[in-house]
Amino acid sequence: MSTPVYQAALATLLLGAAAAAPAEAKTIRVTVDRLVYTPADIEAKVGDVIEWVNKDPLVHTATIKGGADVELPAEQSGRLLLQEAGSFDYICRYHPNMKGHINVRP
Amino acid sequence: MTIRMTAAAAATALLFAAHGALAADKPTDPQIAHIAYTAGLLDIEAAKQAIATSKNKAVVEFAEGMVRDHEAVNKQALDLAKKLNVTPEDNDTSKALSQAAEEKRQELAKLSGAAFDKAYVENEVAYHRQVNGALETLLIPSAQNGELKSLLETGLKLFRGHQQHAEHVATELK
Repeated sequence: MSTPVYQAALATLLLGAAAAAPAEAKTIRVTVDRLVYTPADIEAKVGDVIEWVNKDPLVHTATIKGGADVELPAEQSGRLLLQEAGSFDYICRYHPNMKGHINVRP
Repeated sequence: MTIRMTAAAAATALLFAAHGALAADKPTDPQIAHIAYTAGLLDIEAAKQAIATSKNKAVVEFAEGMVRDHEAVNKQALDLAKKLNVTPEDNDTSKALSQAAEEKRQELAKLSGAAFDKAYVENEVAYHRQVNGALETLLIPSAQNGELKSLLETGLKLFRGHQQHAEHVATELK
């Protein structure tokens, strides 16, 4: 089945799929430093990824009540793919004074 | 109880003693580093006692948080001391804190169950309040080195959260 015609068709399919994907899906970076999420407020779209870069020597989390729970080991990062639209408050489970908010548009 | 209270009172008095009119009374950076490190270490030891003794989920989770955070901060403190070529210097405040903590540890060792949980958490509230007060009014204002001051400030923010957490657990236990 590896005829040139088939390969061309496959290439078209792949390119077509790539073009159909949300072109503007992006990674949004949030810095975690001295027990603060910066920026604290995020505007995003479904399909975007949030990456928390934890600069503290402390273990943190980004935890949405009743939802995602991203562990952020000391001086490491954690990521979350946004799969549904909505307005989400999140906190650090270990340090609940740390607060952030994500608004996810469809 | 009188002896325990006296030791705790002495520790508090020493923490605040240098807050007098004489600038010479202020602790030096090597002393501040020692006091901060000791305060963290004592809280880690208390937390380990609680983890080994308590069967209460909220208490054990709180204690695990104390070990996790204070170990991380103390590692930072040691790394900074090394970087600045500062040798933490033992002093009367550190000694008084250690003595008061040892007396509390022995007192708690005689307790179990709900009585232990209550006594441990109430002491955590008091201990964090005491140390946070000392950080705010004495240790941070006295610190000369900017990086040390900054570490203490981040510590204070963290430890205020610990105090709130302890207060919250104490309320739940009532």
